[in-house]
Amino acid sequence: MTNPLTTAASLRLAGIRKSFGATHALRGVSFGIAPGEVHALIGENGAGKSTLMKILSGAHRADAGSMELAGRPYLPENPHDARLKGVAMIYQELNLALHLSAQENILLGDESARAGWINRAASRERARAALAQLGHEALDLGRPAGAFSIAEQQVIEIARALLKQPKILIMDEPTSSLTQADTEKLFATIGRLRAQGVGVIYISHFLEECRRIADRYTVLKDGETVGSGEMKGATLDHLVTLMTGREVKDLYPRAAHATGAVVLEVRAAVSPPRLRCATLQVRAGEIFGLGGLIGAGRTDLLRAIFSLDELAAGEVCVVGAPAGRSTPRARWTEGVGFLSENRKEEGLMLSQSIADNLTLTKQDRFGRFGFISGGRQRATAQRWVDELRVKCRDAAQPIGELSGGNQQKVAFARLLEHPAKIFLLDEPTRGIDVGSKAQIYQLIGDLAASGKAVVVVSSYLPELLGLCDTIGVMCRGELAAVRPRAEWTEAGVMRVATGGE
Amino acid sequence: MKASLKRILLKGGPFIGLILVIAFFSIAVPLVTHHGNFFTYHNFKIIFTQTVIVAVGALGMTMIIVSGGIDLSVGSTIALTSVIGARLLQHDWPAGVAVLAMVAGGALIGLLNGTLIAGLRMVPFIVTLGTLGIVRGTAKWLAENQTVNYPTPLQKAANADWHTPVDDWMTTADPDGMALPVGVWVVLALALLVALLLCRTVFGRHVFAIGSNEQTARLCGLPTVRLKILIYGLAGCLFGLAGLFQLSRLSLGDPTAAVGLELDIIAAVIVGGASLNGGVGTVLGSMIGALLMAVLRTGTQAMEWPNYFQEIIIGLVIIVAVYFDRLRQGREN
Repeated sequence: MTNPLTTAASLRLAGIRKSFGATHALRGVSFGIAPGEVHALIGENGAGKSTLMKILSGAHRADAGSMELAGRPYLPENPHDARLKGVAMIYQELNLALHLSAQENILLGDESARAGWINRAASRERARAALAQLGHEALDLGRPAGAFSIAEQQVIEIARALLKQPKILIMDEPTSSLTQADTEKLFATIGRLRAQGVGVIYISHFLEECRRIADRYTVLKDGETVGSGEMKGATLDHLVTLMTGREVKDLYPRAAHATGAVVLEVRAAVSPPRLRCATLQVRAGEIFGLGGLIGAGRTDLLRAIFSLDELAAGEVCVVGAPAGRSTPRARWTEGVGFLSENRKEEGLMLSQSIADNLTLTKQDRFGRFGFISGGRQRATAQRWVDELRVKCRDAAQPIGELSGGNQQKVAFARLLEHPAKIFLLDEPTRGIDVGSKAQIYQLIGDLAASGKAVVVVSSYLPELLGLCDTIGVMCRGELAAVRPRAEWTEAGVMRVATGGE
Repeated sequence: MKASLKRILLKGGPFIGLILVIAFFSIAVPLVTHHGNFFTYHNFKIIFTQTVIVAVGALGMTMIIVSGGIDLSVGSTIALTSVIGARLLQHDWPAGVAVLAMVAGGALIGLLNGTLIAGLRMVPFIVTLGTLGIVRGTAKWLAENQTVNYPTPLQKAANADWHTPVDDWMTTADPDGMALPVGVWVVLALALLVALLLCRTVFGRHVFAIGSNEQTARLCGLPTVRLKILIYGLAGCLFGLAGLFQLSRLSLGDPTAAVGLELDIIAAVIVGGASLNGGVGTVLGSMIGALLMAVLRTGTQAMEWPNYFQEIIIGLVIIVAVYFDRLRQGREN
């Protein structure tokens, strides 16, 4: 066996193109990575990162362009073939059989066996060796994968990838569901892989992380490589400018707005298991931001306000509405609207039309005696489609056929059409393109200017700081600090979010 | 051009399937057997009449399946309500009362299913598998484990001309007459009603909404629990009516009737283009599906193929229909 350090494992891509129908996902991407290099691949959603990774991992085939791995042409037939050739991928959503043990998962599809009988000693040996390579030899191989934490599950998945001695390991948003401490451990693991000569392609939205862990970077925008270089000299502003093609300050248009009376009050709200205590006031014309790590209870707070989850203690008061137990139905009547962070699973009915999705909260308005006038319903939907420039055939098109950004505009329009007075927006710009993002920021600004109250949950700090008047940061289920925006910095939010303050 | 052809094939799948099957039997039956023409008014009168019970059941089942649910207790419900009807007729209650009692009986079973499913948040498949047994047992209990015959000797003695209109609604006793039995007209009227309910009313939109994405429905303030109970209850009314036609066809209450009929009914709805994942389905499709099943049964009989052959063919048709559904979903993704 060759020493991995001496293997020339550089991967080179040149002029990669890929179209899906009329959509040009990639329009000439070039990219290179050397052995033992951590290379950050950066770009907004829709920039073409996932398409590029799918081509690299063999799930798609490029229309044009060349790929070379260790000096030889690299043309993977499928993901399995890519792994055999030395390119492994760790997806954001982990692919583990949760009922099988850690060992069984590591060896899945590559069991040490003779004539179908598993050789248990050899299996353990190989699984153990893969874990040792990652510095996790203490992991209990016999435990079911589902019993491990997310971070440990990730280690199991990386160990599985290592069995094939990959030259290139692709990691897609590996830290999105990790705690700060686990992220540190993951960075240590990546450091070991780097020392062993594995090239790591690191995809993340967290630019700070990329700056810490990566040696070099490549920025994609609209399917093209727009920049690439040493991470050492790159500033955050430089990267953002490359990614978005605009200065950070342009993205968050600030309409002048004045705040009025309190319209929503939450007092010591508790909703197990995640929300442990939250107290806040939101005024008319105010944009209230909720920051914090994923799992800190932000979504749970919004759900509790909207009565999707029950309160175990404390209270939520919508001004002008009776206090006490409520339902989502009553909340809509009171003028509270909720935009779910989970469009596909909770926010939208993917098989139904744009019109039905947009008007679901108040369909009885479109007819009489329980009957619906489809024409009026579609006309209303069409008005929003035009106003928000939703790209679609017409309002009768099933919403599942639209892109994420356009779906989100329709989901947002549901609140506008209702119409709501208090907007609860959970990650309103997650997974959508920059154009739609700017449009949603504009909408939020306009809402505040017209005296509506907006509560925004966001994991993206520049968004939080660029958009909101007041920011509350949650940490481990508690709303730890609420201050005007002027008193916050990105570092300050992170300190509170990670429990450092 | 090619894309639009594919679209037509997928959209009109059930209808094209029905035409093909009718065409096949129309050609094959006179060629292979001595039965003469298959494509006759008389034959279709029988086919329509045979479709009635499955069709009425499929109307209720369409609502349930579109809302993302399933009901396995239909066959048992049909048996129980037919026993209830027969018992009332035995005791000289007027036909109208018997009909109302059967519809109410079906509704009660539906409300029970709906309450267990929505109120206690249990899986429809398991809940209705349970009520399938409970309702069947109750039917046998109420019938004292035998068929419930009317008129009883006592009724016959009191009035030699004893007769109930219930017996007339599914009769094909007059094979050469042009008139279709009442049951067929009732199905047509009900199909129109249910189609209007699903497509043109707020309730109908909400049925689709729940089936397409229950979480979204809840988030948008729809009363999901109430809606589901209502859906199962309404479907139960239709199942009670199916029991009425079962009673009318046999002219007796049989607690062991309609065993496995739930599968025919579900198959009709699925063949008609509904998705078991909910959110998709049409009344027209389900009716075509029900008709397709009846044509297959009558056709295989006319071909003098053995019974088991018929079961195999119907099984194959279901698999083909589900494959078409898969293609359709593939297109959407």
